[in-house]
Amino acid sequence: MRMSFRPLLAGIAAGVFAASLSAAAHAQTELTLLTSSSPNSLKLAEGLVEAFEAANPDINIEIETRPGGAEGDNTVKTRLATGSMTDIFYYNSGSLFQAINPQNNLVDLTDEPWQADIHENFKAVVTSGGRVYGVPAETAMAGGIFYNRKIYEQLGLQVPKTWDEFMANNEKIKAAGTTPVIQTYRDTWTSQLLLLADYYNVQSVEPDFAERYTNNQAKFASTPAAMKGFERLEAVHKAGYMNEDFGAAGYQDGLRMLVEGGGAHYPMLTFAIGAIRATYPEKLGDVGFFAQPGDDAEKNGLTVWMPASFYIPAASPNVDAAKKFLAFVASPAGCEANLKALGATGPFLIKGCTLPADVPPSVKDMLPYFEEGGRNAPALEFVSPIKGPALEQITVEVGSGIRPAAEAAALYDEDVRKQAQQLGLKGW
Amino acid sequence: MAVITGTAPRSMPSAARRNIQSFYPAWFYLPAAIIYGILYLLPTFSSVYFSLTRWTLFDSTFIGLENFAQFFREPFLIKGLVNTVIFAVVTSGSKVVLGLLLAVLLTSNVVARGLLRSIVFFPVLVSTVGVGITFVAMMHPTEGVINEGLELLGIDGPGWLTNPRLAIFSVAIVDIWKGVGLATVIFMAGIAAIPQDYYDAAHVDGTSPFQSFRYITLPLSRPATVTVITLSFIGGLRTFELIWTMTRGGPGFSSDVIASVIYKQYQAGFYGLSTAGNVVLFILIAVLAVPLSIYLNRKEGHE
Repeated sequence: MRMSFRPLLAGIAAGVFAASLSAAAHAQTELTLLTSSSPNSLKLAEGLVEAFEAANPDINIEIETRPGGAEGDNTVKTRLATGSMTDIFYYNSGSLFQAINPQNNLVDLTDEPWQADIHENFKAVVTSGGRVYGVPAETAMAGGIFYNRKIYEQLGLQVPKTWDEFMANNEKIKAAGTTPVIQTYRDTWTSQLLLLADYYNVQSVEPDFAERYTNNQAKFASTPAAMKGFERLEAVHKAGYMNEDFGAAGYQDGLRMLVEGGGAHYPMLTFAIGAIRATYPEKLGDVGFFAQPGDDAEKNGLTVWMPASFYIPAASPNVDAAKKFLAFVASPAGCEANLKALGATGPFLIKGCTLPADVPPSVKDMLPYFEEGGRNAPALEFVSPIKGPALEQITVEVGSGIRPAAEAAALYDEDVRKQAQQLGLKGW
Repeated sequence: MAVITGTAPRSMPSAARRNIQSFYPAWFYLPAAIIYGILYLLPTFSSVYFSLTRWTLFDSTFIGLENFAQFFREPFLIKGLVNTVIFAVVTSGSKVVLGLLLAVLLTSNVVARGLLRSIVFFPVLVSTVGVGITFVAMMHPTEGVINEGLELLGIDGPGWLTNPRLAIFSVAIVDIWKGVGLATVIFMAGIAAIPQDYYDAAHVDGTSPFQSFRYITLPLSRPATVTVITLSFIGGLRTFELIWTMTRGGPGFSSDVIASVIYKQYQAGFYGLSTAGNVVLFILIAVLAVPLSIYLNRKEGHE
């Protein structure tokens, strides 16, 4: 025991000596960056940091990780509140961004020159009190339905433009002995997709739903268009279209079933493209994507998710160096590092950044919705600050047949009320 | 007999101790009092205060009893309350029965007794989270070891953790498996303390082994029973780790217990609400556990 101390001390001494030497050589700025521990976010942060450090040898960025989901929300809030946040951190835009009190906690980035290159739709979801606080960390995402192209080919199916066509496809897939819809409730968040990705359809019928919902005037339970998301989830369960182990399967299982043809459809966010590329690169060509269909084929459109952002906490002692990193993320060089780390997963929200010509089919399927005349709308959580935290449990209940759709919508309205009160919104 | 030898000498030192205590000067108590005040009194009272506010990490608003009203309106709270009581009763009851039976076995002259004793205690030492994750894999409805084993016997195994009616009991089974070792050890100590003379006397009177168990072991291991019931009942009421790693209260809200409901409120940023929930949990444990403990201890005195 005692012997082992000596080499350890020697090592420390050598380390201190080496550190003081290198500090003498350059005036290094040490930055810290907190990102989510999910493989994609980590890979993105590593890719960006590597490219940035190569271009800025005087700045050194150390990456820290935190859990994703609700636990990550807590970590971020606690570290911000206690002034112990890293110099740069990665976090959601939209309603979660609104919940971290940006005007007190974050550095205002409105007047940075690179803001001119950022897409207006993205700026809107990192704006609080008229000031902009973020930079898009990734490409735009969408929520919709992934499908296995091989199964569609074998059964001669067409990409559905209405919900009825979708259900008809499911019937044929089931008759052919394949699971039509993959659901993965061990990762409860995945259960929300059929509801959240239906929002394009909601707002095409009720254009002012988000505003009235935020002002306590519109409810899910009393708005037929908004209820449909719950009803659709219920219909998929009732028809027996789900995989047998839907309650125990997780997100990774869902992706595996999708690429291997164990299931035909998987309602999911398009960040899954990155995950498929990482795990099943050779199967990426077998996976296609379409928007969640509604009642009217003429009004078919896509529900869009804005990506997460990088922020600088107001308490950071290295704001200037941190701003340099954000400027890099907002530049074409940053986009290139992003592409190198994650591959093409969707359209960029930064001007001057383009996708390569050979994007996978699932990305190609997304692009028309973003082009001129294409139809897309941001998801509800980007146009309203309120998202009830119990939604994922409620949608698990609906998808498992535990609670009927109408009751679930009413229960969710109650959850929404609680969240609005906690946020201190007027009219609740 | 135990009563006579137990109570008579006890009154002496306690009277003496009271006299000695008054000799200490006031400053002697100060360090302990400061620690107690800062680490115990302050958090207790501030949590009661914060349960009356709606607070974020940044500021707080006083809203009276609204958090409590909201907490009792939570639709899944009733489910959580019922599940908590079911869980506590099922696990503590099973631990008493199984623990006693195992203790009888392991205090007998069974082969490799030392090894068997270690093995039954082993799950107590393993991390709860590790146990939870392992059982999630084993209880998988189609690929888990348990259902694959049942399939070999021609039985179609249920969705242990995915069936909303079954989930809470599946977690309870794992909790019993993990906790029964501690109950066994307590019972073994209790049984070992019973003088051999009683068994010898009973043997001379011609009792059957079952009768010696019923009339000697069972009543005389009562103090051990009280300890096991109290410990495992309170443990059951505040159970969290196993529920959270195995089902996260799911599917939906079907295996939520009070502690997981409170944790979810905290996770979602309803800090006032979750503080109110903790106050409710504290009161609930007090209301259920204190009478239970008084009742069990009173019975012991009559022995």
